[in-house]
Amino acid sequence: MSILVIAEHDGGALKPATLNAVTAAKEIAGHSDGELHMLVAGEGVDAAAEAAAKVEGVTKVLKADDGAYAHLLAENVAPLLVKLAESYDYLVAPSGTFSKNVMPRVGALLDLQPLTDVVAVESADSFVRPIYAGNALATVKMGDARKLITVRATAFDAAAPEGGSAAIEAVESTGDSGKSSYVGSELTQSERPELTSARVVISGGRGMQNGENFAMLEKIADKLGAAVGASRAAVDAGYVPNDYQVGQTGKVVAPELYIAVGISGAIQHLAGMKDSKVIVAINKDEEAPIFQVADYGLVADLFQAVPELEQELDKAL
Amino acid sequence: MKVLVAIKRVIDAYVKVRVKSDGSGVETQNVKMSMNPFCEIAVEEAVRMKEAGIASEVVVVSCGQQNSQETIRTALAMGADRGILVQSDAELQPLAIAKLLKGVVEKEQPELVLMGKQAVDNDFNQTGQMLSALLDWSQATFASKIEKSDGKLTVTREIDGGLETIEVALPAVVTADLRLNEPRYASLPNIMKAKKKPIDTMSAEDLGVDPSPRLSVVKVSEPPARQGGAKVGSVAELVEKLKNEAKVI
Repeated sequence: MSILVIAEHDGGALKPATLNAVTAAKEIAGHSDGELHMLVAGEGVDAAAEAAAKVEGVTKVLKADDGAYAHLLAENVAPLLVKLAESYDYLVAPSGTFSKNVMPRVGALLDLQPLTDVVAVESADSFVRPIYAGNALATVKMGDARKLITVRATAFDAAAPEGGSAAIEAVESTGDSGKSSYVGSELTQSERPELTSARVVISGGRGMQNGENFAMLEKIADKLGAAVGASRAAVDAGYVPNDYQVGQTGKVVAPELYIAVGISGAIQHLAGMKDSKVIVAINKDEEAPIFQVADYGLVADLFQAVPELEQELDKAL
Repeated sequence: MKVLVAIKRVIDAYVKVRVKSDGSGVETQNVKMSMNPFCEIAVEEAVRMKEAGIASEVVVVSCGQQNSQETIRTALAMGADRGILVQSDAELQPLAIAKLLKGVVEKEQPELVLMGKQAVDNDFNQTGQMLSALLDWSQATFASKIEKSDGKLTVTREIDGGLETIEVALPAVVTADLRLNEPRYASLPNIMKAKKKPIDTMSAEDLGVDPSPRLSVVKVSEPPARQGGAKVGSVAELVEKLKNEAKVI
């Protein structure tokens, strides 16, 4: 039995979720005992491949370095995965827009039914995943011999990024499909940690009233080393970019501390953060559903409470 | 350009789903059903394309039980021209639906297939990508903006780090994200008109597809409940508790 983990990376470094996917792969391997390899595909990925080789538990790194993979277009990456899949029993990737874009395409080409958003490994062929925005958990048995799986990073611990010394092997490019091309991107630049791997997340909702007011949350975030998120309402209102969105259709987070500010707590939002260890809610509406899941609820006007929180943190930290 | 929109009937997104006590699934009896919200966005986009003179005809297709006709009628009331029901009482998983849709595409020969990025029941987020693969077409998932020019589409996609713009050659499958548009409500006259629009029915056998599920659900359970609800009286108390009780700061 052998497993190929598909790395998410930015060329230079592995994205943190990759390490969580390695842990999920190890759990699967624990039920089936075998080799654990990692694929790093992209253009100019030497540093990321070297980082992959150091991850504890990874026994070999496959490096697919080619212009055709520069922007990880699904039509180009899927044939690579199809080719590599021949040698593996499992393909495992962290759930994210990259794997969600590519993995089903690979599945269809191989006549396999992938499983998305796995949160627990029950056995070599049975896995738990949330359905209905996390309002139910389904235990699913996969009938296909070869298994394609994306895993929710927040449900698995991160594997140690150091300790391994895997060999790096270059794999040949499967070329450019010519079906699509990259035009450009607008990526949010931030010195703060990534939402999905941050230890602390502070999110704002419609109660923030505008984008400028998010500066208040950023100040708190910088004190706590937190990432800044938002509810769908705040994103739809144009306060912050789409990649801030925490929720069923945005990002799923499970930090040690989640601070929800001016967020009412729609089911959609709760689906994205209810597995956080400690939840704080600040909202002036005492009846807001967010309070039902909050460990510490503060009924207050956020425009008074947030500046006060900043001062109290200065005293406490 | 002929546009095919694939839609799904699901438990209404605002209904709180209940897990059946025997763990076999979720309660669907006497529960409000609606069109999947992302499918509504796909239908809206197709109708806007028709209104803008980009689309020549908008055909909606749904795979599922007889009552998916109601969902097709909703799309017809929004402005789609005609409907196709691929009727099946079997549990249809994404790969099976993609195969059924491929059969419909081969009959209908659209240049563009629009669909929602995921259905809010099973949350798989797979069918569009699978259909694109089976057809050997290009794909653009999680679209927040679609522009057509000669033989291609320029699509802005919502990705983890922000937004990405790609160009895809037609024919293509495009899946809609939340911010592509705001779907309209069907007007009463349009609801009446939709009743006269044709809906063809076909079966998996007609399309030569074996829709057997590859995944079997062992059980469905409630997620662990959260013990929340505690309040603090002041910001100072909050910080004190986070520091000394929860020990997270």
